[in-house]
Amino acid sequence: MIAELGLALLWIAAALACLSLVAGTIYLRGGQKDLAALVRPTSVAQGVLTALAFALLIALFVRSDMSVELVARNSNSLKPMLFKVAGAWGNHEGSMLLWLTILGISGALVAIFEKRLREDTLIATLAAQAALSLGFFAFLIFSSNPFKRLPVAPPDGQGLNPLLQDPGLAFHPPTLYVGYVGLSVAFSFAVGALITREIGPAFARAMRPWVLGSWIFLTLGITAGSYWAYYELGWGGWWFWDPVENVSLIPWLAGAALLHSVAVTATRNALRAWTVMLAVIGFSMSMVGTFIVRSGLLTSVHSFAVDPERGTFLLALMAIYIGGALTLFALRAGTVAEGKKFALLSREGSLVINNLLLTTILALVLLGTLYPIVAEALGEKISVGPPYYNKVAGPLALILCLVMVAGPLLAWRKDDGQKLWARLPMAVFAGALVLVLLVIFGGRIGILPLLGMTVAGVVAVASLAPLWGRNLRRTPLPTWGMVIAHFGVAVALAGMGAESAFIKERLVAAAPGDTIKVAGYEVLFKGVRPVAGPNYTAIEGTLIATSGGASHVLKPESRMFPGLMGTAPTETNEAALLTRPGGQLYVVLGQPVAGADGADRYQLRLWWKPLVWWIWLGGALIALGAALSMLGRAQLLTLWRARRARKDRDRWK
Amino acid sequence: MTDREIMFFVKLALFLLSVCVVGYLAYRVQSRRDGGPAKGNLVLFAPLAIMGLLFGAFVYRLTVPGETLIQSQWINKPMPLFDLPPATAGVEGLKSSQLADGRPRLVNVFASWCIPCRAEAPQLEALKAAGIPIDGIAIRDRPDDVAQFLNEVGNPFDRIGSDVQSSVQIALGSSGVPETFLIDGKGIIREQIQGVILQEQVPEIIARLEAMK
Repeated sequence: MIAELGLALLWIAAALACLSLVAGTIYLRGGQKDLAALVRPTSVAQGVLTALAFALLIALFVRSDMSVELVARNSNSLKPMLFKVAGAWGNHEGSMLLWLTILGISGALVAIFEKRLREDTLIATLAAQAALSLGFFAFLIFSSNPFKRLPVAPPDGQGLNPLLQDPGLAFHPPTLYVGYVGLSVAFSFAVGALITREIGPAFARAMRPWVLGSWIFLTLGITAGSYWAYYELGWGGWWFWDPVENVSLIPWLAGAALLHSVAVTATRNALRAWTVMLAVIGFSMSMVGTFIVRSGLLTSVHSFAVDPERGTFLLALMAIYIGGALTLFALRAGTVAEGKKFALLSREGSLVINNLLLTTILALVLLGTLYPIVAEALGEKISVGPPYYNKVAGPLALILCLVMVAGPLLAWRKDDGQKLWARLPMAVFAGALVLVLLVIFGGRIGILPLLGMTVAGVVAVASLAPLWGRNLRRTPLPTWGMVIAHFGVAVALAGMGAESAFIKERLVAAAPGDTIKVAGYEVLFKGVRPVAGPNYTAIEGTLIATSGGASHVLKPESRMFPGLMGTAPTETNEAALLTRPGGQLYVVLGQPVAGADGADRYQLRLWWKPLVWWIWLGGALIALGAALSMLGRAQLLTLWRARRARKDRDRWK
Repeated sequence: MTDREIMFFVKLALFLLSVCVVGYLAYRVQSRRDGGPAKGNLVLFAPLAIMGLLFGAFVYRLTVPGETLIQSQWINKPMPLFDLPPATAGVEGLKSSQLADGRPRLVNVFASWCIPCRAEAPQLEALKAAGIPIDGIAIRDRPDDVAQFLNEVGNPFDRIGSDVQSSVQIALGSSGVPETFLIDGKGIIREQIQGVILQEQVPEIIARLEAMK
């Protein structure tokens, strides 16, 4: 019954989305004015029903109802509860339902909370959101029904991909999805504003918290995903320029550009058409990303459910949405009046450079991701890897960071170069100090890590500059947010630079009792023992790492998941990590090797990764900064409302 | 045309049609409100044009799916140079110069630890019985294991080189085991078969090697 109820809820929600779209359209075309009253409640109801359907899918996974195809293929009754729940979105159909749920809930939240927009713009926005939902409902119901029953229920399910059986999976995809799909709100706002031609500070201020909100989740999701890859895949890398990583980075870059340009529109009423276009691009890139992953166009670790038929469906949806929005943009943007003027050396000027750099990086990453497809069309096979991305994105990112040093210290409209220089001596000094120390003590370092750490030094100091000489308790929250986020960039940059410059690696075949030296640690390999987990067996190694008198026990595992219901067995590596203030010791237990002397040896891979955890700390700080900023904007909203209420009251006196 | 292809083109047509309809509707709405077409700025159509190009590439790729097997770049080129020691006692090692003795032959990349390689053994025996010289390259293997493997499944190989570090395998552009290379009499790689040779492929392989003579 649960599965049938879920499917019924999906159909009803789809009907509501249709109703909301039709009512909104008729209203906007000058028909029945009362129809506007229909749009808000249908948006809310549609969101609630979709969320309920998703809850029912989770219930099916929790109850291990193997008569449902999706559960049988992706779950197993022996799985720990956390992974049963996470299994609901660890597959194509479930994750598309999660996508729709977030789409629906975002629409509902806009319908409930958005009070600042003009009525007709809000209706247009909600109608656009309903149109997005409707297409994805069609996709889900017609080509990826998660509630499909099997004619005969198997005795048990095939289990979830063991690589995905990690607490990280429980949080990484939903977080990323909230960010991905949250950008749909900005998209709908842009379409709504283009339809009613309300593009100005009020529209920008209304859109701003939504952009910030989804960007926070994108940041957290990417950071969590990077950490998951780092410890679960056992390669010890934190970014691989994998196509799927790239397609999550692209909307993040668009979001970063958008939240800076929307600030200009909100504060200075400039860059209006540009802001609208970025809002369209952001969610468009989310959709392109989903399409690339789901159609099997590019293969990667993430490509479950590779299916050209679904790919065609998604392509058609995207063509309608992105094509429609961009056509609307092309037709309308020409009529958007030019915004306020400003000098190049001004806050606006620096934000324009920020936007140009961010969009250039975006374009280059997109080009690198799609180039293999284009090259193959021309008869050549090419894969684009880290050397390309590091070369093109690295230097641009560093320039971007330098602009970030200056931007927050500049005044709006027009500023004086000499005054700017006077605000910077501490930051320049910090950068020079880092550079000198690295050159003297650092040994041979690549140019990019060297510059990276230097720029990190400059940014770290300069990002705090907006707080100097201010009453910290009176400093508005958005300023705090900006300072913390920019400081987070410096922290992450320092981590990336230090990790790639000073990493130490040892690969050994060790017998129990052997000692391995890596970067000041003496690591004693005690031996291995078999252990059993809830649904796997493992070989667990015990190592004791000693440095300066203190010793720590490390237990890396090599796990073997049995093949369930005819699937192949899988092995995964659980790395053991020792986190110290100066970095992380990363140990992977590999295959047993028989040595010439007959002793049982194991492959051990040890890394010392200096400051590596700063990368994720930086990511977390960026998200925290954005969150403070968003809170601040919400507070501004309440203050502004209170003031308006007061004014209204005064008028009546 | 197969049903699948026909369905694909039907969908493609529907999709292009819907794009046109949406574009036209947007245009109509716009013109009605403005009382005529907008003062167009062609630059504003640039994002749309870029999107069109991008989607063109997507449609192309969906129609012509990429190859899932990676073929060696060495096809129609001479064997890379190598000189491998014997993989086990009693069977000679393998040198690349030995592969150009005028007789077309097979080079089979295998390993004792590879289960599909066991499944392939009868087909190799059949090819051997048809008078085709077969050489082997044992990947990441130990002499004792190779001996046991040959003992269990039979030995179709004239020579077996031991490639402990997979270096020759990588040089050959082979992506796994088992893999079989068809070499003509001059030591030039003509074809690559990835995975197990199937029963029904045996006659075809014999015919191809005949043709190389």
